[in-house]
Amino acid sequence: MSLETFRQETREWLAQNCPPAMRKPSRGEPDICWGGRNWKFESDDQKIWLERMAARGWTVPMWPKEYGGGGLSREEEKILREEMRAIGARSPLESFGIWMLGPALLQFGNEAQKKEHLPKIARGEIRWCQGYSEPGAGSDLASLQTKAEDKGDHFLVNGQKIWTSYADKADWIFCLVRTDPAAPKHNGISFVLFDMATPGVSTKPILLISGKSPFCETFFDNVKVPKENLVGNLNEGWTIAKYLLTHERASIGAGGSLAGLRSLPAAAIKAVGRDQNGRLADPFIRNDIIRAEIDGYALLATVERYKAEAKAGQGVGSKSAILKYAGTELNKRRYETFMTIAGSDGLEWESERSEDGTLAREWLRTKANSIEGGTSEVMLGIVAKQILKLPGA
Amino acid sequence: MIALDEDRIMLRDSAREYLTDKSPVSELRRLRDTRDKDGFNRDLWRGMKDMGWTGILIDEANGGSDFGHVGMALVCEEMGRTLAASPFLSTAVMAATALRRGGSEEQKKKWLPAISEAKAIIALAVDEGRKHNPEGTALKAEMSGNAFRLNGDKTFVVDGHVADQIIVAARTEGEPGKKEGISLFLIDAKSPGISIERVVGVDSRNNARIKFENVHAAGTDALGEVGKGYALLENTLNAGRAGISAEMLGVAGESFDRTLAYLKERKQFGKFIGEFQALQHRAAHLFGELELLRSLVLSACVALDKNPAAAGLSVSAAKFKAAEVVKLAVSEAVQMFGGMGMTDEVDIGLFMKRARATQEFLGDAGFHADRFALAQKF
Ligand SMILES: Cc1cc2nc3c(=O)[nH]c(=O)nc-3n(C[C@H](O)[C@H](O)[C@H](O)COP(=O)(O)OP(=O)(O)OC[C@H]3O[C@@H](n4cnc5c(N)ncnc54)[C@H](O)[C@@H]3O)c2cc1C
Ligand SMILES: Cc1cc2nc3c(=O)[nH]c(=O)nc-3n(C[C@H](O)[C@H](O)[C@H](O)COP(=O)(O)OP(=O)(O)OC[C@H]3O[C@@H](n4cnc5c(N)ncnc54)[C@H](O)[C@@H]3O)c2cc1C
Repeated sequence: MSLETFRQETREWLAQNCPPAMRKPSRGEPDICWGGRNWKFESDDQKIWLERMAARGWTVPMWPKEYGGGGLSREEEKILREEMRAIGARSPLESFGIWMLGPALLQFGNEAQKKEHLPKIARGEIRWCQGYSEPGAGSDLASLQTKAEDKGDHFLVNGQKIWTSYADKADWIFCLVRTDPAAPKHNGISFVLFDMATPGVSTKPILLISGKSPFCETFFDNVKVPKENLVGNLNEGWTIAKYLLTHERASIGAGGSLAGLRSLPAAAIKAVGRDQNGRLADPFIRNDIIRAEIDGYALLATVERYKAEAKAGQGVGSKSAILKYAGTELNKRRYETFMTIAGSDGLEWESERSEDGTLAREWLRTKANSIEGGTSEVMLGIVAKQILKLPGA
Repeated sequence: MIALDEDRIMLRDSAREYLTDKSPVSELRRLRDTRDKDGFNRDLWRGMKDMGWTGILIDEANGGSDFGHVGMALVCEEMGRTLAASPFLSTAVMAATALRRGGSEEQKKKWLPAISEAKAIIALAVDEGRKHNPEGTALKAEMSGNAFRLNGDKTFVVDGHVADQIIVAARTEGEPGKKEGISLFLIDAKSPGISIERVVGVDSRNNARIKFENVHAAGTDALGEVGKGYALLENTLNAGRAGISAEMLGVAGESFDRTLAYLKERKQFGKFIGEFQALQHRAAHLFGELELLRSLVLSACVALDKNPAAAGLSVSAAKFKAAEVVKLAVSEAVQMFGGMGMTDEVDIGLFMKRARATQEFLGDAGFHADRFALAQKF
């Protein structure tokens, strides 16, 4: 099928199948569909939209069809995104399964694991969380201590994770555990999957500065994990962990591009208006916005360029660290400017006018962008070491 | 967005090889120290013809190689890396664009092959004050009969001192500040009434201040439609802005590479200074900025190849970012070279000087920031 035909058919299909309510601007977090066993759809439309998209494999457009994906090429996927954007269609499903676990399983999972887990991610049936960080292992993730002992047919997992986003809402966890305490720290880690409903798993929400509790402390007390849930080889989990992180970083970084939900120029024009020459009336804010918009534009172009280069076999690894760093620092800057634009209105925390301080809460949430998935300093360190090859980095 | 294909990678590699061989930074030093009368090497310019660069934006019928703006940018970037001095931007990029898009059949026939053949140097005279401001064009062209009489001053005319022809932006109607009423003329640099003062810049490159006193231009010397030259001028300038942005990417990239090498070579406190995290993180940040700039330059050139009239936004984004990044790159370079960075012996200072000139040329960061915002309606 030519790309033009694909575009035409996609446009028609979307026009017929995307419910009007799913074309309204998303309010961000409250409108995201995460899926999972216990998911309560916000509306019938949200449910229908997910089902229709999943039936075509378009919740994960580029995954192979046999695992619930759409089997689209990069160009087709881009067209799908463009056509969705053109009608303001919301994403039917977001999840850690899509962003992180899926790509890792496609690369490292065995056939049984792919068949079991990928289609459920694609259909939004199972919601995953990420068990990486521990109280003593943040940036220095490889020093993690949660241990998994070999008990013949299963591993026995004991330990604690922290900052586990949505652990209290997730169905399954992909988890890093230490399987060889004697080996050098990178060589004794394994990557395992298990059900959060397994006896011995418990979670405790942590309150954030945004006033919300999207993440938890997660405790494992004699949790039995079947051996077949080991992904890749024993003690070689670090490779998978890093591979998954590159996907996580790329998607967190892309969040800083113009794809964001709020438009800075629109917000500013609404708040301060234009002068007689059509320029935003506040020159200080205008400067901030210009810088942010140009960097957003640059970031998008860079994401696209890296994709094109990867396809042409010119890809260089570690570039996700650049995107993560640039994208998250940009997003923080953007929200500082949103707050400046909003002025004292933006400080409201508990009013209907402010939808319970949505902007202020979003602003605070962006501060985590340059921490989660590896801090900005860690990203710069990766660039210094792996790309620039600086000594001692 | 695109990845470079094999042809373009070959173009880039051969440009790098050619310029490192024929025009390394030491060549700029030679031109500077011998006070060369042209400020560039005419053999190099003829060599660029043999490489197919002089005709890079010219159609094959007029002797060009027609490689497009992406190709142009690759060559410009390499020129930035070795600080190669030549009339490439004025002649092969801007004059070629103006003629190709706005020239009469006769003008095209006469001048495009001459540019391709490296037989003509053509400078673009736009600016009149300390800042780039094409709409502010005040130099007057008064109609008398079929002809025009030009009066006024131009500044920062790059390659004006060696130009055979000058494309001059003049006002045939209206007030300075208006887009309407601007006309372009292509006239002989030796026309009576033109006086040219060569200006040697901080970057050892040359431009000119040019006085026009009752200079005669025939009606057929007009380039494009009289009074409606602004769009053509913009297209011409945008090609130049994309070219200079690419050169800035090269200037910034090369100073970065040299700094990186120094970080791995200089020892203090018993360590390579590149082991200090205070420098590592700054180097990594700068690398990221260079990556962003590269994408913007490429996307501006892709836009120019697609539809020059709609490329203004991308071009301004690229030139803005180029100004910011090149400034950061050369400042960090001098700083990380320590005392050595301040010496004339080390090349880094030459990159810093070139960076300053490129920031001003064809609109500084503020100019392009404003353009970008206006194009986005804020
Ligand atoms: C909102 C949010 C959601 C998260 N979700 C998850 C999740 O779902 N699953 C999960 O496993 N984890 C999650 N995390 C945890 C996240 O990955 C860690 O917070 C992060 O890796 C940093 O670790 P840390 O908090 O222990 O900070 P630390 O590592 O203690 O860092 C403290 C400071 O020191 C700096 N620093 C550390 N090492 C270096 C160094 N070598 N050089 C220079 N500076 C250094 C850091 O940059 C930082 O500024 C989440 C975090 C947040 C904020
Ligand atoms: C114009 C001028 C006049 C001068 N006049 C005099 C004079 O009259 N008498 C005199 O004795 N000296 C003089 N100096 C020398 C001056 O004091 C040194 O240049 C300065 O101390 C830096 O040393 P360096 O040039 O060897 O740079 P280096 O020490 O090699 O530094 C190179 C880079 O590495 C960085 N760096 C070095 N160590 C660390 C670290 N531990 N952590 C992080 N970064 C590090 C530096 O900040 C710098 O960016 C002069 C220098 C200049 C430029």
